Amino acid sequence: MSQTTIDQSKVIKENVTVSRKMANKTAEILKVDPKDAKLSMAHIFVAFIALLLGGTAGLLQVLVRSGHFELPWGIGYYQVLTVHGVLLGLILTTFFIYGFQIAGVSRTSGTLTPKQRLICWIGFWTMTIGTAMSATMVLLNEASVLYTFYAPLQAHWIFYLGLALVVVGSWIGGLGQALRWMQWRKENPNQTSPLLSFMVVCNNLMWFVATIGVAVEVLFQLLPWSLGLVERIDILLSRTLFWSFGHALVYFWLLPAYMVWYVVVPKVIGGKIFSDALARLSFIMFVIFSIPVGLHHQLTEPGVDGSWKFLQVVLTMMVVIPSLLTAFSLFASFELRGRELGGKGLFSWFKKLPWGDARFFAPFMGMLIFIPGGAGGIVNASHQMNQLIHNTIWVTGHFHLTVATAVVLTFFGATYWLVPHLTGRTLTKQLNQLGIIQAIIWALGMTIMSSSMHIEGLLGAPRRSAFSDYGGAEIAKTWASYQVAQAVGGTLLFIGIIIFLFIFVKLCWFAPKGEEEFPIGTVAENAEKTPAILENFKIWIVILVALILIAYTFPIYDIIQNSPLGSKGYKLW
Amino acid sequence: MHLHKYEKYWLTFGVGSLIVFLLITGIMAFHNGSHPPSAKNTINHEKVDEIAPFNKPGVHKVSGKDWDYEVVVVASAFYYNPPELEVPVGSKVKFIATSKDVVHGFEISGTNVNMMLEPGYISEYTTTVDKTGEYLIVCNEYCGVGHAQMHSMLKVVDKK
Ligand code: HEM
Ligand SMILES: [Cu+2]
Ligand SMILES: [Cu+2]
Repeated sequence: MSQTTIDQSKVIKENVTVSRKMANKTAEILKVDPKDAKLSMAHIFVAFIALLLGGTAGLLQVLVRSGHFELPWGIGYYQVLTVHGVLLGLILTTFFIYGFQIAGVSRTSGTLTPKQRLICWIGFWTMTIGTAMSATMVLLNEASVLYTFYAPLQAHWIFYLGLALVVVGSWIGGLGQALRWMQWRKENPNQTSPLLSFMVVCNNLMWFVATIGVAVEVLFQLLPWSLGLVERIDILLSRTLFWSFGHALVYFWLLPAYMVWYVVVPKVIGGKIFSDALARLSFIMFVIFSIPVGLHHQLTEPGVDGSWKFLQVVLTMMVVIPSLLTAFSLFASFELRGRELGGKGLFSWFKKLPWGDARFFAPFMGMLIFIPGGAGGIVNASHQMNQLIHNTIWVTGHFHLTVATAVVLTFFGATYWLVPHLTGRTLTKQLNQLGIIQAIIWALGMTIMSSSMHIEGLLGAPRRSAFSDYGGAEIAKTWASYQVAQAVGGTLLFIGIIIFLFIFVKLCWFAPKGEEEFPIGTVAENAEKTPAILENFKIWIVILVALILIAYTFPIYDIIQNSPLGSKGYKLW
Repeated sequence: MHLHKYEKYWLTFGVGSLIVFLLITGIMAFHNGSHPPSAKNTINHEKVDEIAPFNKPGVHKVSGKDWDYEVVVVASAFYYNPPELEVPVGSKVKFIATSKDVVHGFEISGTNVNMMLEPGYISEYTTTVDKTGEYLIVCNEYCGVGHAQMHSMLKVVDKK
């Protein structure tokens, strides 16, 4: 049965029975068009190649840090760590997100026009060529500057140019996706747009605004300086520009996971989206409060006034509100479903959820682990408490819970339906079972690795550090056993990656042919109608820009006014 | 927009705790003056060795100031100068440090003395050392191959 053609009579009939204005020209498309599927899969391939290589680097890191292993052939620890951070933090995430978002827009707003698709392909190739350029420089040991590339450590200019291409490519691809949503809006005036597409547009808008800072840093500071066109660089300015992007980066990772939690998971469990309006409201708040907050990464830095740091700490904490909304909505939709299935009492509905379905179980483990992850984040961003953990391995433990588990496990769970949907295959019982085992191994490995990182960090151990006994210092001896524990957890994680990639390969080429659903939830019957203001991006952009100006104008002016002599480049690796 | 009853409770509770939390942090910061290290003095990082106080790194007793000792530290790849510091227990100490080359960290392990050292900027933090012992100082910002070997020692000793 071809589902791409629309059965008009069926649509009209449903239009009459479904009172809500959901039904429209394009909402009935259930299957992503094969041309869009190919585009989406191209992104996903790059993402998972990055996962394999970056995961291998992760394994090497934990082994080195255990103190019982040395890297062969003169490979440096920090070169490996740069590979890990760039491939997993930047490439895996961005490429998977775009693969998922393209499919999501195509599924909910309709097939891309050839022009929109072409734009997305140009974006894809720009990002891929950029990735290859940067990766080459890292492999040649010309760029062991870690994924944050702090000056005045100076990488080869091709490394910076490659990163710039990744960013520019992401603008192009993001535009392609947004254009499809805009077209939908034009074709369906005065209607609430498809929720998933709306969320994609929110994420891309935030990404676009957030990357301006890092683009300025790369294009106007790092590139001319590494090319030798200018001799010196303003360190504090470069760091501040970097972090104006760096925190939004973590929300760019997180929002697609939230899309799965809000829109896909309710459908997977057979339930409903609790409220369309609340979902949109929380996304808008994430967009607004993700950018004017980067100074919370620079709390212990000289040169920035404490009061401005505090202002941004306050803005940072505002994300607590949409986070609470999200937690409420998700658990409400779980509970409604659990009760529908006959769950009674305060908690027994919980048992009714489909625990045997990897499409639910993997993202659910992600949500669960996001709770301690979020709590740790509040500590990190707290004006004074930050001093205890800043740049300790605690921080590494923190974001392996948030990105490397909450987000990544959700992406794994999404892969189990997205990839077979796009390749025209099905997730078999065995593969589903394996997916569950994978999620358990990941959660277990990460619990071991991340909790030992948290504790070791509280004991004062620094992050981004190869094995060292620190001249035999007593305190460093208390760190050793935690580093061994990290090696145990990290090995489990590596096994998890292999299992996951096995499932992925099966779903690409070997699983039985068939139709796998792209689950999109519908909104609960008695949910509130969505206020039109939520879709009025003009208002939100004005608020966003105003907040950024308030939070950053003075600090940046001050940094430039008081800037000391700039720095020449160093290559100390 | 209408909110579910429980959702209102949940949000009220959440936002309430948030406000209390921010108030406490704010009062700590502005009333008790406990901002994180945010000193704003700058320096020519290529001439650090010639400029006071960095021309004489080490522990200096001072008088007539709010603190008893100034501990002056110069960081460069991959050393701290001086490599060992000694201060008497119970004294109020101002740490003053800067970098001669790339960005380094200055973290007294297991305490909340933790600041970034950036070329061109002077980092300062004042605290009271109230327990004797040997405290490891580590660099906690990646600075190159020798990063994990970059450390020094602060000894807090009984008063003579
Ligand atoms: C096999 C699985 C993994 C292992 C064993 C692992 C291990 C590690 C270790 C030990 C570090 C810290 C090293 C140090 O500070 O010296 C690290 C850093 C990092 N990891 Fe992972 N990790 C894994 C998976 C992931 C995943 C899936 C992501 C992202 C989605 C990720 C993102 C990062 C990032 C961004 C850093 C920071 C790099 C830096 O500080 O420059 N990791 N990882
Ligand atoms: Cu942040
Ligand atoms: Cu260092």
